Amino acid sequence: MAKKKSEGYLSAKESRRISRENRKITNEFEKRRKRTDVPESEYLTEMHDPNNAVEFDNLHTYFFTDAGTVKAVDGVSYEVPIGKTVGVVGESGCGKSVTSLSLMQLLQRPQGQITEGAIRLNLGDKAYDVTKAPDSAMQKLRGNVVSMIFQEPMTALNPVFRIGDQIEEVLELHNTENLSEADMKARTIELLEMVGIANSEGVYKMFPHELSGGMRQRVVIAMALACNPRVIIADEPTTALDVTIQAQILDLLRNLKDKINSSIMFITHDLGVIAEMADYVVVMYAGRIVEKGTADDIFHHPAHPYTIGLMASKPVVGKKIDKLYSIPGKVPNPINMPNYCYFKDRCEMCVEGCDGAYPCEISLSDTHKVSCYRYYDKKED
Amino acid sequence: MSEANKSSLLKIDNTFEPVTYDPQYILMVNKLKKYFPIKGGMISKTVGYVKAVDGITFNLKRGTTMGLVGESGCGKTTAGRTILRLAGEKTGGQVLFNGKEVYDLSAKEMRSMRPKMQIIFQDPFSSLSPRLPVGEIIGEAVREHNLVPKNEFNDYIDNIMDQCGLQPFHKDRYPHEFSGGQRQRICIARALALSPEFVVCDEPVSALDVSIQAQIINLLRDLQERHKLTYLFISHDLSVVEHISDTVGVMYLGSLVEYGSTEDIFAEPLHPYTKALFSAIPIPDPDAKMNRIVLEGSIPSPANPPAGCKFHTRCANCMEQCKTVAPEWKEVRPGHFCACHLYDE
Repeated sequence: MAKKKSEGYLSAKESRRISRENRKITNEFEKRRKRTDVPESEYLTEMHDPNNAVEFDNLHTYFFTDAGTVKAVDGVSYEVPIGKTVGVVGESGCGKSVTSLSLMQLLQRPQGQITEGAIRLNLGDKAYDVTKAPDSAMQKLRGNVVSMIFQEPMTALNPVFRIGDQIEEVLELHNTENLSEADMKARTIELLEMVGIANSEGVYKMFPHELSGGMRQRVVIAMALACNPRVIIADEPTTALDVTIQAQILDLLRNLKDKINSSIMFITHDLGVIAEMADYVVVMYAGRIVEKGTADDIFHHPAHPYTIGLMASKPVVGKKIDKLYSIPGKVPNPINMPNYCYFKDRCEMCVEGCDGAYPCEISLSDTHKVSCYRYYDKKED
Repeated sequence: MSEANKSSLLKIDNTFEPVTYDPQYILMVNKLKKYFPIKGGMISKTVGYVKAVDGITFNLKRGTTMGLVGESGCGKTTAGRTILRLAGEKTGGQVLFNGKEVYDLSAKEMRSMRPKMQIIFQDPFSSLSPRLPVGEIIGEAVREHNLVPKNEFNDYIDNIMDQCGLQPFHKDRYPHEFSGGQRQRICIARALALSPEFVVCDEPVSALDVSIQAQIINLLRDLQERHKLTYLFISHDLSVVEHISDTVGVMYLGSLVEYGSTEDIFAEPLHPYTKALFSAIPIPDPDAKMNRIVLEGSIPSPANPPAGCKFHTRCANCMEQCKTVAPEWKEVRPGHFCACHLYDE
């Protein structure tokens, strides 16, 4: 029995107790979210730097599951400047998708809740705190100010509606300019042409199954761009695609970003893609940021042992090595996180201080920040 | 569609010169074809073929790894399965495994041949039976083929699991209790338990995280050294293929367009498709110079491939003759094969 307990097995009684407690917590959150007529002043806020499109400030997103609380995002802070691309890298389950879903308020509710922190979204003349915004306000933002390109183009489109109707739906919902139906159709076809679909009139009438993977991803991108959003979240947009199609899509995203001057949050686990797309890079591990900086900082001077390991474990074309470096061990159990550095058990560069509390953020330069005890001698104070 | 055109779609050209067995090669594939019929009309008549594998030729030396790359839908996986006789009957050509034509073997002979040729599937989440404990998944075929005496069975399984980085107490667990990387280790152990000579690895790492990928690739290489295995490594990740392979074959729309040693192909790709494919690889260095050849459009339908060279619709160096005459498969440099009119003398 003792062995089982240590491996995370729960008795039915224990599980019921946890689930009862969770319900108490999540009901509280849900009640607050479901209120109507929330005054705008409650979620109105000010950007710390008006040049940022989004600011994540000490964000905590927890999932209250029956097996225990999963701290999917545990104190994440970073900024997405206007007109720049921020790449978020990490293994699956490190919380990179959950961060973006928190911004969109698309978390699996009621289990998934933002428990602490703020996400400030710049709307030009004002700024909203997304974490406090009620559903009615979010509906006006989603797809309009913030939009998302989903990972799998195969499942992101509805199979029973025509491509044209699916894109028009976005325009119709956020119809601020009072476009007529004919205008909307013209705009949709223009969008399809913008993402490089040659036969746009034909595709307008097609169903998703008639298109190839690359074409579907283009349609999903067209949909995301429909309202000229300020922030585009691209959640692994090329993972399901071939290298040649991937190159086409990356080219397209780069050009479109400049055309409508928006910011991109680019989530992926492919370091090659990040190097090509991103101005700033955020490396996440087990729900926390371990390192962030400009693309140059991260790729030329990686500081955190995890980043270094990640770089070394990917074979690079043109570099012959005998044996690939592999990071030993595995990601810790998200329910029982250790109280020291999360990476310590897999780290081969441990120093004396590593047994202490989770390391705080150290500045290596103005842009380059890392959470690791190896750099504590550079701490300013 | 005219009658003449219709019948040309149905005609199967199955002319090839038989190869003779050369003992240095474990596997010899000669003009191998696998077509899938398209049924249509009232009486489900065959109205055409999807030419999934359309005449591929290569030889694989013992103890080496051949990488097979290409876009999705180009027939890489079907090629792997056809070589193992897992996709029904072939349409034409030869597969010689240790000098024996795989498709001429009787059911009984095939059964004794099976342990020698194994496959590791792409998706470790769907290729393991959820109802069997891991020990049974790995040991089932061993018992079935009577490879080890009954009293040594448990030790044998423990030994195999140990080699693949699994603990003996994992034997009684079920696949859902494992992570992706561990499941892929189970798949590898299952293939290895039959002491194969030849293993087809069908995208073994594409479903895994980067850090886990490195573990699995290192494991595959260790096992290759220890057991003198021969791999056919199917993948669309070119950096992984470059790392693990000795020779590389590039496929486009069912045909091999280029084949040669890894150094030759990556240093100097000959075929325009290979060049475009390699230029599309993202390099993890923000300062890297990109001379990218972006291919327009997407892969044509394998049911009705373009006439002449199949790549001519997307090729940057397309010439007049490419549109009508199919290029020949020939040795452009020693050991470096290519099918392209650019290298006609």
